Amino acid sequence: MQRIGVFVCWCGSNIAATVDVKKVAEELKSEPGVVYSADYQYMCSENGQNLIKSAIKDYSLTGIVVCSCSPRMHEATFRKTASEAGINPYMVEIANIREQCSWIHKDMATATQKAIILGRAAVAKVNLNTPLTEGESPVVKRALVIGGGIAGIQTALDIADAGYKVDIVEKKPTIGGKMAQLDKTFPTLDCAACILTPKMVEAAQHENITLYTYSEVEEVKGYVGNFDVKIRKKARYVNENLCTGCGECTSKCPSRKGLNEFNMGLDGRGAIYIPFAQAIPNVPVIDTAQCIKFKTGKCGLCQMNCPSKAVDFSQKDEFIDEKYGAIVVATGFDIITLENYEEYGYSMYKDVVTSLEFERLMNAAGPSKGHLERPSDHKQPKTIVFVQCVGSRDTTGCGKEYCSKICCMYTAKHAMLTREKYPDTEVYVFYIDVRTPGKNFDEFYRRAVEQYGVHYIKGMVGKVYDDGQGHLMVRGSDLLANEQLTIKADMVVLAAATKADESARKLGTMLTASMDTNDFFTEAHPKLRPVESPTAGVFLSGFCQGPKDIPETVAQAGAAAAKVIGLLAKNKLKSNPCVARADSLICSGCSNCEKVCPFGAITYAETDVNDGTVREKRRVAVVNEAVCKGCGACTVACPSGAMDLKGFTNKQIFAEVDAICRQTGE
Amino acid sequence: MQTDRGVTAEKEFQPKIIAFCCNWCSYAGADLAGSGRLSYSADVKIIRVPCSCRINPMFILRAFQKGADGVILAGCHPGDCHYSTGNYFTRRRMTLLFSMLDYMGIEKERTRVEWISAAEGAKFSATMNEFAGEIKKLGRSKRLGDLRCR
Repeated sequence: MQRIGVFVCWCGSNIAATVDVKKVAEELKSEPGVVYSADYQYMCSENGQNLIKSAIKDYSLTGIVVCSCSPRMHEATFRKTASEAGINPYMVEIANIREQCSWIHKDMATATQKAIILGRAAVAKVNLNTPLTEGESPVVKRALVIGGGIAGIQTALDIADAGYKVDIVEKKPTIGGKMAQLDKTFPTLDCAACILTPKMVEAAQHENITLYTYSEVEEVKGYVGNFDVKIRKKARYVNENLCTGCGECTSKCPSRKGLNEFNMGLDGRGAIYIPFAQAIPNVPVIDTAQCIKFKTGKCGLCQMNCPSKAVDFSQKDEFIDEKYGAIVVATGFDIITLENYEEYGYSMYKDVVTSLEFERLMNAAGPSKGHLERPSDHKQPKTIVFVQCVGSRDTTGCGKEYCSKICCMYTAKHAMLTREKYPDTEVYVFYIDVRTPGKNFDEFYRRAVEQYGVHYIKGMVGKVYDDGQGHLMVRGSDLLANEQLTIKADMVVLAAATKADESARKLGTMLTASMDTNDFFTEAHPKLRPVESPTAGVFLSGFCQGPKDIPETVAQAGAAAAKVIGLLAKNKLKSNPCVARADSLICSGCSNCEKVCPFGAITYAETDVNDGTVREKRRVAVVNEAVCKGCGACTVACPSGAMDLKGFTNKQIFAEVDAICRQTGE
Repeated sequence: MQTDRGVTAEKEFQPKIIAFCCNWCSYAGADLAGSGRLSYSADVKIIRVPCSCRINPMFILRAFQKGADGVILAGCHPGDCHYSTGNYFTRRRMTLLFSMLDYMGIEKERTRVEWISAAEGAKFSATMNEFAGEIKKLGRSKRLGDLRCR
């Protein structure tokens, strides 16, 4: 028989305001096995924990129930408390009377009654708890960073500087990500390339960093400390070891039909190309869809002209298998496609561009060499209309419900830079709200309005149409003046909503890391664990977790790196003891459990069975505790009931069901 | 048919509802509903399991045997299971079990499987409210007998 102590927490007034904690403690005292019960303001505080510790000693308790907040919050705390007082940490159960009771109910009688029932279920369970011992597993001292944008680069640099090996996997031919495409960065207006490219070089030259560009993660197995990852290194058709990056091949390529992705398709490129001048690695890649050699078998000019014989048309995809202790997701973002927003005429008019295209048009390395001109006739625009929230904060289902966060600031930047370079250009900005919470952000926006004379109009644009004379007519509403207006513009720039990168969903499934409905990765706790995924060993860096600007991304990248370093610094990790267990006396060796196990943790062995009357060798299931993750699929598949899950045994769950179904006073 | 509960018949019917929630998605969703103060019926009591695939049909039979009026299972969305495939097992197993229960006289409306992620506090609260409302309308469930007690 257990000797159980019940500890009811007030959580200040969080619980005590709606739950009669004294009554809960009193009622639970008469439950089977309970020999002690108490209540206290804050059980998780040092005093509260000391109260538990002394009760364990004074009353020789063998198990405890803490009626408090969610076990996801403080289960670990109270397990440690129990352990310090000399009882097994797994003899602790939590009744969640805060999130599941006091916070959602207003009526004291109802909430108190529910708290008592939840407490009873926990007491019933702890009566059947058995001491469990944690296993240990080693940690591979190597980290994988998925995504080579500013988030991935910064995370990798920070981990590498701490002395651990890091691999970066980037699906594009070069690292750099979206930041490499930007012209200037808010709110300081320093040039993106000037601050990014040194970091790209540093990452490439760092002795602890290995770059896998033009590569994708193919398969992830294993668990925290011991991930097995398969990486597909796509064929570039250029030998990276031989290529010197001279660029001879790219200038000789006769195909010019490929769209230059780096310049948002505003100009063309050859079939063999280097994405941009500062690309890392500075090695070209062949676009087989455009390459004449791949399409017709004739050409091969690049190969003939390569002075170092690096072009290799027979190259195949390579697979790399590597072990990692931690994985950082830094897959970043993209902007939405605008087919749901025909009213802005993006697909009809060449001079309606997205902000990212505008960024390239302003950039000295862009298609117009930094001279701002309209894509249609290469004339300098005299009037530009910026439209914010194109697809952001959209509850109609066409776009995204969230705020993309970066658009207000980059639009102010674009407007300011335009007025700075071309003071005779009139600039209008249509906005719903201007959101500038950030260091020096509001000052920046005000400069755009006050110093640079950008016309900000509160309202949305309803339609963009052609006046037949080469102008775009922008019809919108000015909510503050309460009037409809039409602006004759030369160019319209749309602040298209951001979205999670399309590779994120597939990767999330591979990592079994949870995601929200927008395909952003979910953090383990929205405030207290913002860079960790709920899946142990998986960390989040940058936009993949939610919209972020560059300073926030870099801060989060560093935070994720710190968490990875903390993990890799450990030699051994404690493993979850709540794993499956097969009863060899009952097991019939049917293999049902083996078939449903997603981790291959169950094997079969000829085992000596001795149940008193029968002594024989039988083929029975054996669980590999280091591999089992404790999902419990096998326990249900087992027809004879030989499989059970430690910590969540059949008997324990039956006891909880019984306790909840019991009539009051029954 | 049941007389052992005649005493409480006078009061407003308060159904007993058990919600089995997987630790990674739905239990966290319930926590989010809690921290967002999104109220739902107090008749719903949650039992935490590591994965929805841990829920043995026996648990559900036991609940109806002991007087539960409704049982709801909540797990991660298909494809998002923390253990990769657990919720697929749940889906298949429960389809069979719920048909069998219906045949035995436990109406299909009394049992349900829902996918609720850790980010869907609002969905958790709405689902539980809706389910509790439905059970309230259905009234008391038949209690499954236990042959061993005869």
